[in-house]
Amino acid sequence: MSEPVLSVRGLRTHFITRERTVKAVDGISYDLHPGKTLAVVGESGSGKSVHALSILRLLPEPPAKVVGGEILFNGKDLLKLDPEGIREIRGNRIAMIFQEPMTSLNPVIRVGEQIAEAVVLHQGVSQEKAWAKAVDLLKKVGIPHPEERVNDFPHQFSGGMRQRAMIAIALSCEPNVLIADEPTTALDVTIQAQILELMKDLQREYNMAIVLITHNIGVVAEMADDVVVMYAGRAVEHASVNELFKSPKHPYTKGLLGSVPSIYERKERLEAISGQPPDLSGGFVGCPFAPRCPSVMERCRTDDPPQFHLEGGRMSNCWLVEGEAKTTTHRNAESGSAR
Amino acid sequence: MTAPILQVKDLKKHFDARAGLFGEKTSVKAVDGVSFDVMPQESFAVVGESGCGKTTLGKLVLALEKPTSGSVLFNGDDVSKMKGPALKKMRSQMQVIFQDPYSSLNPRMTVEDIITEPWVIHDMHKNPADRARVLDKLLTDCGIAKSYLPRHPHEFSGGQRQRVGIARALALDPKLVVADEPVSALDVSIQAQILNLLKDLQTERKLAYLFISHDFSVVRHLCTRIAVMYLGRVVETADSETLFNDPQHPYTEALLSAVPVPDPSIEKRRKRILLTGDVPSPLKPPSGCHFHPRCRYMRDSCKVNDQPLLEAKPAHRAACEVLPFKQKPSAAALIAL
Repeated sequence: MSEPVLSVRGLRTHFITRERTVKAVDGISYDLHPGKTLAVVGESGSGKSVHALSILRLLPEPPAKVVGGEILFNGKDLLKLDPEGIREIRGNRIAMIFQEPMTSLNPVIRVGEQIAEAVVLHQGVSQEKAWAKAVDLLKKVGIPHPEERVNDFPHQFSGGMRQRAMIAIALSCEPNVLIADEPTTALDVTIQAQILELMKDLQREYNMAIVLITHNIGVVAEMADDVVVMYAGRAVEHASVNELFKSPKHPYTKGLLGSVPSIYERKERLEAISGQPPDLSGGFVGCPFAPRCPSVMERCRTDDPPQFHLEGGRMSNCWLVEGEAKTTTHRNAESGSAR
Repeated sequence: MTAPILQVKDLKKHFDARAGLFGEKTSVKAVDGVSFDVMPQESFAVVGESGCGKTTLGKLVLALEKPTSGSVLFNGDDVSKMKGPALKKMRSQMQVIFQDPYSSLNPRMTVEDIITEPWVIHDMHKNPADRARVLDKLLTDCGIAKSYLPRHPHEFSGGQRQRVGIARALALDPKLVVADEPVSALDVSIQAQILNLLKDLQTERKLAYLFISHDFSVVRHLCTRIAVMYLGRVVETADSETLFNDPQHPYTEALLSAVPVPDPSIEKRRKRILLTGDVPSPLKPPSGCHFHPRCRYMRDSCKVNDQPLLEAKPAHRAACEVLPFKQKPSAAALIAL
């Protein structure tokens, strides 16, 4: 097996204000290998986007603060880099695309210039060369008549084309890792299908690793090799996509999969999870999912479960699998500690 | 045979528009000749992508917009011709649930005021004992705790607010509820709660739903009949099982194949029909069949001829002259490939 290109170890990002501390991300670890896609799944407020923004240090500090963990990119800890160092990596080796393509493109700058900007900055080529590259990239992401459209402003593009332009910017430096934060949530299904197909093609071509952040279980099934399920800022389950759908271990994952209606079968009732996601300010006593959990036990309300590592590299953060566990770690464990 | 509760007949809504400040006067045909019936206690879905006119259609049904031509009949009476007391009475029978539970509840009103305001307007349940009994039943049915009543919408999460919105819609005991994307703003686990609730309420209160959505999986779960819209027109209508298993319009076929399936074993094997390009601007819809520039079965005649909704199979109509008569693999066969 190849070396992971990106390793996140026990990442914790908190928002600290005078009144309270919100533990938005509170323990997530994974390895991402070249050419593979890891999906981070969760509902709103589970910390999936904050985790992604922490990797590229795009959060305003303060109030945000990475209070623990490591983010190893090719073995180098990104959290130890100075602002200069992270700028060299951000948009160059690790690129990101966002959910809302309209708000993440600058409305008063031509699309071509926005693509060329990253090329000039990171590759030190001339304006003309960068412009030519912008045309190439637009062609690659499937924009018709790229020589003309490169002069357009973002409002002249449709939603799907804007997302293609975002992908062109992200790909301009042939990154090793692409972080895609809900890349198709704002798009119609037929356009979503086009964009996902494009991402798969480009991944194959560049042997790029993708961190896909999404709440759409269908998109996970289509795109992911591995899946991390997040709840209340924590990674609660980690498995390969087939294993996860075949035999989910954590009750939250089971609930999430049971909640999703499918166009291929008509379920009489959806197995909804009762209750609401918890408030993340203040700590938890015991497991944060306990109040909503259908299999809750006495100890779940008092003892915080560790991460149980199971056969086949799977992890579940639930007392139910304690008996099957090969090793156990705390969710905040950094590298060096047992895995 | 019971009479339909809602009949939509050749309904059109055209909005005036101008291409630029001094540009030529044109019109956006948001709804362009739509017809369907909804039976009592049935859940009928209108599905389509953004800009297909489904929300405008909902507004026309609710008499919130005046149609350019055509008619909406509620229990046999034309809603666009109603005035005064008749209109008010009709509105109590036909209610709406909105997409966004954040903007559709008045932030200055308490939950109790929001839910009971319809009774004030319609002069109902004035006897305190009667009022308390009906309110109690309504809260239980919609899964709202009594302790919520004196609180304000901002104190609640999206799912809880949507429950309040549903309770308000049901306060007058309507016969038809128009639900415009009622779960698309909610997280999946909450979405499942609300879908189950809508299903239970339908049985309990004998409701008919006109369900407007872009999400086929949600529609399949809840609805028995479906109309698919594209650029202001219905391109296919059938009962939901038939539509999912044997779509007769190329657009429906592509739309169904674009929906990701929450099962990697199916997802990795299935063949996807990728549509090229975007939905054309409704300002300048393509000639003939509106779908022809993106259609893989396109013939020359499609560029010229408007396609009427034809009976492709019994109780299954599609606006296409090519696909229904072509031998093609079914959706199930496409997965098996």
